[in-house]
Amino acid sequence: MADDLDRYKIKQLSIFSENRPGRLMDFSKAMGEENINILAFSIAEGAGYGVIRAFVSDPEKALRRLQEHGFVVRYTDVIAIHMADKPGGLYDLTKVLKEAGINIEYAYAYRNEPGAILVIRVEDIERAISTIKASGAKLLDASSFK
Amino acid sequence: MMPKVELKSLQYKLLKNLVNKLYDQSRFYRTRMESKGVTPDDIRSLDDMAKLPFMTKKDYRENYPDKIFIAPKEDIVRYHASSGTTGKPTIVGYTRNDIDNWSESLARSITSAGLGKHDVVQVSNTYGLFTGGLGFHYAAERIGAAVVPASTGNTERQVELIQDLGVTAMACTPSYMIHVGEVAEKMGVSLKNDTKLRYGLLGAEPWSDKMRDKIYDSLGVKGINCFGASELSGPLFSECEHQQGIHFWGDFALLEIVDPKTGEPVGAGERGEMVLTMLQKEAFPLIRYRIGDLTVMDEEVCACGRTHPRITRITGRVDDMLIIRGINVFPSQVEYSLNTNPEVGNEFQIVVERKGALDTMMVRVELKPEAFTDNILELNCIRERIAHKLRSLLNVNPVIELVGPGTLPRFEGKAKRVIDRREI
Repeated sequence: MADDLDRYKIKQLSIFSENRPGRLMDFSKAMGEENINILAFSIAEGAGYGVIRAFVSDPEKALRRLQEHGFVVRYTDVIAIHMADKPGGLYDLTKVLKEAGINIEYAYAYRNEPGAILVIRVEDIERAISTIKASGAKLLDASSFK
Repeated sequence: MMPKVELKSLQYKLLKNLVNKLYDQSRFYRTRMESKGVTPDDIRSLDDMAKLPFMTKKDYRENYPDKIFIAPKEDIVRYHASSGTTGKPTIVGYTRNDIDNWSESLARSITSAGLGKHDVVQVSNTYGLFTGGLGFHYAAERIGAAVVPASTGNTERQVELIQDLGVTAMACTPSYMIHVGEVAEKMGVSLKNDTKLRYGLLGAEPWSDKMRDKIYDSLGVKGINCFGASELSGPLFSECEHQQGIHFWGDFALLEIVDPKTGEPVGAGERGEMVLTMLQKEAFPLIRYRIGDLTVMDEEVCACGRTHPRITRITGRVDDMLIIRGINVFPSQVEYSLNTNPEVGNEFQIVVERKGALDTMMVRVELKPEAFTDNILELNCIRERIAHKLRSLLNVNPVIELVGPGTLPRFEGKAKRVIDRREI
């Protein structure tokens, strides 16, 4: 069963970004040079620094390349959920999580015809995966981003 | 006014007594003198004091808390402490006479600056272990002035007190003086036109004639430069009303200027390191203490007629000490504190700026890769923990900036860890 759930764990890159111009540029340049596609990302703002969170077409290669270039980077497991791209789509999904008592640490979303994708980070990822699957919502398989 | 010759003869007498006393009573000084092959018999003139060993902050730290003290414990009536370079504070003890002499010295100083019993002195230096607050407090009381022991902080209240009590003089750092002026202005109060404030007893940080002019022009306050250090007792000396350098009362302190490299005396009017011998201290004696400030001595009789030597403005430090909002900060202290955080590497950089009138200190530290987490709250906690430790050690409030590993400059020789952008 565990193997089944692991399919849905997406290796998001979390990159420490100090507070100076050009950090997102440096990251995207590295990805471009390695021919790695950035599929989604967000930037979280800390106190005088930031964290770039992204998932990319080849996370292993990306991690290697970034580390070689001195980035502080690590994987964080997130899940990507398919939402109906219509009013109430996000509500239906978050209601399921709320009812199961699952707290979202952070989230970001992108539109991906014909639906929309919500990326979330939660503490108990396996329980979140089971809950979402049980609700009938569709989770994206990690391999679908290759 | 004591003729110069008499002053010198008094100094010699006091020095001779001190050396005899320390040779007999202080294991520390006796060992020091023996290792230099000096005995009290070798001190036959004031010039012979060059034969005596130097003392540095290091001696003072290594003998924490009171191993250099010579007064019996029951005669100690007060302790103050200064921040230390390795994180350990250094302690100064006082006998009743020490407190009296301290008050007398600063009382003379502020009298020479023009203050008297009709003045109302608001002491806005910190009260407590720091010597500034109580130092000015006792001196102002001694000249019969009224004291407003405001201490630091709550600037709006300070402005109200200046107005309501007819404060005529304020003791604080020059940058705080400017800050008080700015806060007053925001409150719709002109210190110049709406208050009786005329004197600023200013010190504990480097400042310039430009700042003095600014304080006078914008606040109507005559800035009097004051000098002291906890090792010496606290604030002791100031300029007189002619403002031609800080008078060092010769019966309390013997001033020498030496070449910081060789320790040899420099020529008249030449810049060098200040070396102080406190001639009348009982609890914690000081002979030839290298305080680390660079300055020039002027032995000409002052325009006010006083024969005591003066120092012109302090032009720098022998070591890398920083003064931030009146508080001494050594980069080695910062390093000591940072090293207690497992999340950061060994490199760091201190950036000091002046925003408005007040100094700000930022410390850049490299986050270790293994300490990086995706969780912003945890990263903020790391940052806050580092800041908190520094704050409790230094008594200044630094901003911490986390940067990536390997991004701060590396040095092969002596590291340059401080960027001081203040224009003083």
